[in-house]
Amino acid sequence: MSLEPGLSQQTISVVQEQTKSKKSFNVDLQTDAMLQVDISDALSERDKVKFTVHTKSTLPNFKQNEFSVVRQHEEFIWLHDSFVENEEYAGYIIPPAPPRPDFDASREKLQKLGEGEGSMTKEEFTKMKQELEAEYLAIFKKTVAMHEVFLCRVAAHPVLRKDLNFHVFLEYNQDLSVRGKNKKEKLEDFFKNVVKSADGVLVAGVKDVDDFFEHEKTFLLEYHNRVKDASAKSDRMIRSHKNAADDINRIASSLYTLGTQDSTDLCKYEQMLSLNLTWSCLHKIEARIAADEDLKLADLLKYYLRESQAAKDLLYRRSRALVDYENANKALDKARAKNRDVLQAETSQQLCCHKFEKISESAKQELIDFKTRRVAAFRKNLVELAELELKHAKGNLQLLQGCLGILKGNT
Amino acid sequence: MTHTAGTFLFSLFFLCLASSVEYVESSQPASLAAEDISTNSNGPKQDSLFDDDPEDLFAEATEEVSLDSPERDVLLSDGPSPAITPITPPTSVITPLAKYTKCIFFPVIEEEEGGDSFDIHISVSDPEKVGEYMTSISLFKRNEFAVKRRFSDFLGLHSKLASKYLHIGYIVPPAPEKSIVGMTKVKVGKEDQSSNEFVEKRRSALERYLMRTVKHPILLKDPDVLQFLESSELPRAVSTQALSSAGLLRMVNKAADAVNKMTIKMNESDAWFEEKQQHFENLDVQLRKLHTSVESLVCHRKELSVNTAQFAKSAAMLGNSEDHTALSRALSQLAEVEEKIDQLHQDQANADFYLFSELLGDYVRLLTAVKGVFDHRMKTWQKWQDSQMLLQKKREAEAKLQFTNKPDKLQQAKDEIKELEGKVQQGERDFEQISKTIRKEVSRFEKERVKDFKTIIIKYLESLVQTQQQLIKYWEAFLPEAKAIS
Repeated sequence: MSLEPGLSQQTISVVQEQTKSKKSFNVDLQTDAMLQVDISDALSERDKVKFTVHTKSTLPNFKQNEFSVVRQHEEFIWLHDSFVENEEYAGYIIPPAPPRPDFDASREKLQKLGEGEGSMTKEEFTKMKQELEAEYLAIFKKTVAMHEVFLCRVAAHPVLRKDLNFHVFLEYNQDLSVRGKNKKEKLEDFFKNVVKSADGVLVAGVKDVDDFFEHEKTFLLEYHNRVKDASAKSDRMIRSHKNAADDINRIASSLYTLGTQDSTDLCKYEQMLSLNLTWSCLHKIEARIAADEDLKLADLLKYYLRESQAAKDLLYRRSRALVDYENANKALDKARAKNRDVLQAETSQQLCCHKFEKISESAKQELIDFKTRRVAAFRKNLVELAELELKHAKGNLQLLQGCLGILKGNT
Repeated sequence: MTHTAGTFLFSLFFLCLASSVEYVESSQPASLAAEDISTNSNGPKQDSLFDDDPEDLFAEATEEVSLDSPERDVLLSDGPSPAITPITPPTSVITPLAKYTKCIFFPVIEEEEGGDSFDIHISVSDPEKVGEYMTSISLFKRNEFAVKRRFSDFLGLHSKLASKYLHIGYIVPPAPEKSIVGMTKVKVGKEDQSSNEFVEKRRSALERYLMRTVKHPILLKDPDVLQFLESSELPRAVSTQALSSAGLLRMVNKAADAVNKMTIKMNESDAWFEEKQQHFENLDVQLRKLHTSVESLVCHRKELSVNTAQFAKSAAMLGNSEDHTALSRALSQLAEVEEKIDQLHQDQANADFYLFSELLGDYVRLLTAVKGVFDHRMKTWQKWQDSQMLLQKKREAEAKLQFTNKPDKLQQAKDEIKELEGKVQQGERDFEQISKTIRKEVSRFEKERVKDFKTIIIKYLESLVQTQQQLIKYWEAFLPEAKAIS
């Protein structure tokens, strides 16, 4: 008998699932723990970053239990895109791709510093260099963390972790030969996005029968916009904070020069020195506050900006499937009325129906998980933010009071 | 008795300043009241007189000591009243847009003691001060008083003092600069943040200027200063107008001086002067750099405050759209915290500015005066050398005349020589005198500078301490909310 190729595939995979599930009863919980992925090392080169992806797994499909490969940013993007393009995963929130490592701003500053070396004192130069190096390091750590989060999300997802591409990504210890998209492809992507967003608007107009999804749609739309706004504003706030911290650094070095110049009067010198200490510490603390706010608040908001976009994409795909389903229904009715190509219309309608239902089912769970994840992440980061702010404020206070003691006692 | 009276003079102002604050009506311009309160937050029992100036610029102008009826309204001098006038009795108009800032000594409002209002329990820690005011007390007709002064009066005072004292080596504190833009805004009656700030900035600058002037032992005794402080009517100082002919003449003179300075080559016999001059050059450079950095800091802090406020609003919106109730509440709380922090940043920026930045600006200008004094010394030396050279020439001429038979010319030459010898001696004396004066002045200046900086820095650090304490309060209040998210 001639089975439709699509159907036969399904039956095969169902069979596979069943056999697997027999095994997976006792192994499932272990497989959850037994796919650990992390980025153990990273190397920053001239214009790229090399990540060492380290995997620990007891999954049978891997040759070894523990192994590492070196991956670059483009390969992460390739993996992400393969998920997005895979129809099977239409019903899941695809973990957002990590942002490209961007050291341009930091490199530029370092370069400017190098050029202006002659115009400032040695102390100033070393201080600024230290600052910039610390900034570079912070950006570097952030990008590593972003890439790691992406991999961990994939590894934690019950379906995505089994993806073949993912396993290849983790295991294949040679270059994946994934080149970045050339201009033509980037242009194609751009057009695709335009079409998609236009389509999104059309599709969004379709009223959903399901209350849950209707609510989620409106919620996500508003939430996404507000997260975008909050993310932008928090970035600006942190930038101002960093500027103020830079000023304090400059003031500190000026005071230091002033103090060392006045070395004739010992009392003055001590005073200036203790003041300089205060200023440098204040600066460090202010800079650290700016960095902490950056990590906790801004990164959180940025990440959920991307995640909420991914969730929106899921809803879009579902709506698209719904529209397709409805169109298929209409086509079927038309075909039945004309009594032509009925079988074709029937099968396509069934396909659409099946697709839609599959997406709906998994989407519901995904969205609920999304909410749980979001609440947990916000909680963790907000608590950590508050604790860090407190720690810094208390440290500042102690430092200032110590300094005041010295200055007041030193008449 | 004059000894103790001396303490009264300035302590009085100080104390009455403190008590006046309690009486500040709500109709007082908020910015000014706040400024007063903040400077007196340490209470009347403070011995430092540096930060509290005796001349509160916004009190009613009276001459008599009035123990019974303290009036604390600000008066406008003549001129059309500004557009914005709070509701007050017609004679006293309170406004931060006062066209002319006043220098007013507060009448004594003694609440603590019953009878004798001169019985103040403040100890002046600086014995110098007391000593210096010993004689000056008798010069004042009364012990406390208030007068109205215009901005141009201050400038007039400065120009008088400068012409009298700069050239003999005294470091005369420079007056605040005229700002045509700022003044026009105020005159036009624009009531906005920047013109309020301008008036406040000017007021505090005038305060500091006067304080510095009266702290100088010589300047305090100057009759012009006394007249300025005391008399009800001052002749209008016309020559201080920015675009007047006198102003232009001054500018021309300054340019000529600058050129002259370059041509004088002084044989410096005293290494101290050379060293000090170099020291002041370096100090100037450093202070200017520091000033720029602090100004930039003020600017960035203000920016930070604005951005924090915006973020707070955005976070509140996010909290609104969040459908998990506990998280939503926590986000709203975060928004509130950030809003309060933005206010903190604003206050901190103000502290940065008024304490630090303005002080640095003052010192940059003071250093110009210091350098001017050194230049005057050079000029004095030049004069001396010139008259010496002239004497030499005359002597040579006289020697030549000896061989000619012109007795009357000879006599004339001899007279001229005698005159010149006197001049040379005078020149030498002048030079020694100015050198001595400068030495004293410089050491006084340095001491004052260190004291000033230290005081300001301590104040600044204290303001930072307050900020940190507030931050701790806010975040401690927020933490349980964040933890409550389930």
